[in-house]
Amino acid sequence: MWFRTAGRRLLASLGLLVLAGFGAATLLRFAPGQSADELLLDARLSEDSRESILRQRAAETDVVGYYATFLRRVLEGDLGFSRSLNRPVRELLAERLPVTLVSVVEGLVGGWGLALFLTLPAAMFRRPLLDAAGAVAGGVFLCLPSALLALLVFLLGGPPGAAIALVVFPKVHRFMSNLLSSAAGSPHVITARAKGLSVSRIFFRHTLPAIGPQALSLAGVSVSLALAAAIPMEVICGSAGVGQLAWLAATGRDLPVLIAVTMLIAAVTLAVNALSDLAAFGWKVQPS
Amino acid sequence: MKWVRRAALVVLVAVFGISLFVDVIAPQPYARQNREVAGEPPSADYPLGTDDLGRDRLSRLLYGARISLLLALAAAALSVSIAAGIGITAGAAGGRVERWLMQATDLFLSLPWLFLLLAVRALLPLNVSPHTSVAITFALLGCLGWAASARVMRAGVRALSDSAFALQARACGCSRTRLFLVHMLPNLRPVLLAQFWISLPVFVLAEANLGMLGLGVAEPLPSWGTLLRELENLPAVTDSPWLLAPAALLVLVVSCLQLSFCREGVST
Repeated sequence: MWFRTAGRRLLASLGLLVLAGFGAATLLRFAPGQSADELLLDARLSEDSRESILRQRAAETDVVGYYATFLRRVLEGDLGFSRSLNRPVRELLAERLPVTLVSVVEGLVGGWGLALFLTLPAAMFRRPLLDAAGAVAGGVFLCLPSALLALLVFLLGGPPGAAIALVVFPKVHRFMSNLLSSAAGSPHVITARAKGLSVSRIFFRHTLPAIGPQALSLAGVSVSLALAAAIPMEVICGSAGVGQLAWLAATGRDLPVLIAVTMLIAAVTLAVNALSDLAAFGWKVQPS
Repeated sequence: MKWVRRAALVVLVAVFGISLFVDVIAPQPYARQNREVAGEPPSADYPLGTDDLGRDRLSRLLYGARISLLLALAAAALSVSIAAGIGITAGAAGGRVERWLMQATDLFLSLPWLFLLLAVRALLPLNVSPHTSVAITFALLGCLGWAASARVMRAGVRALSDSAFALQARACGCSRTRLFLVHMLPNLRPVLLAQFWISLPVFVLAEANLGMLGLGVAEPLPSWGTLLRELENLPAVTDSPWLLAPAALLVLVVSCLQLSFCREGVST
């Protein structure tokens, strides 16, 4: 049953990834000014060279053909060439991906750590003050744009991942707090408490299994949040990651870079969400 | 906590009121440059000082509030309309139509929101007039922010379709159009309103993010996003705390929106 669900989920994710790429390619072809080429302004070009460039551009107006060629090249490992940075896109991604991964992982660990630090003791030992402190802090961070949070962290000299942690924390805190409080009020947990079971036993044997699937799904969603927060964080902190590359491509209208980054981010987000959903599904169906 | 919500509502009404009548209230036009007083600290004539071009910061903050708030309201209305169209069609039609529409929704949800905004904004012209940049930002937020609401709308329609009153109406021979317009649509109104109020602070923050990244409303039009860009100059911020006024107003408005409307929206 799990394998069938996994197969279906994998196929759906692949389909969505191909569709996302097609959407990006379509937008790319119809973007205003895309048909213009500054190469044509070069006075040294002969008439034949000019016609050759125009023929090449005309071939690219067929979206389906363009996308098919793009996909074939991707499978061969060729992600195109960045016009603004004058380097192959694959090289740029290989160089910048580890930087983003490190800050995203730092941010996820920080955000989840802070949220769990404030919610777990509140749920296990019934310390509502900690939960309230977390809710107030989370509320404040929720009201700040992620770019401003990144700026504040940068001005305070914090590590790049700290800004991502502050974006992830309020959402995780709010969701986990709701999950834990509803689990703590469920009949089987109240009965366990009435029977005098220890706090740790109640938590690990009764509460955690009940909230596990939802917490896993939240983990998947938080990766998407962290990736989105990486863009302003890297732009403002000057961190040379994929987020900064996306911003450079956006402001410089470097569309080959943009389409490659879109595909990459979509692939990572879909893969993480599929994994978290499958883990949550596996948790639900496992015999207790 | 009722008084907190009331206080938040009063603050919001005041800010919206000021932003609507900003032409009367603002001490100066937002774009007027007084080169002889450029970079001045707060004074009686300029309560929040002037920027590097000699423009009155208070006037720009008030005009910026109008642009950001109206933009968020319009974008929320557009996105909820799109979400309603897609969600209701999917929920009512079912079968293949529902599957395709939900696949399209998943496609939008498969990319992080800020990244999607950035990517699509990059595909549109960047060097545009200030008023066109406002229209582009509004259309972008509205057209890209519907996916999550569409899922909620579709779930709402499905729940209503299976409800007892809908079954009874169908059994009495009520046509699909009448069933939808007379019986279901009024019941979907709270869901629509809830989605509208929930998306409002999201769009205010998204505009601020885009503005700070230089992809939002273009100069000389002020918006909270463009005004926040001044904070990038660290020494200026530590020496001139009044530069934090746009950030403070943004936090105040978004927290008031969350306190007063989001809770109400969720409870409906």
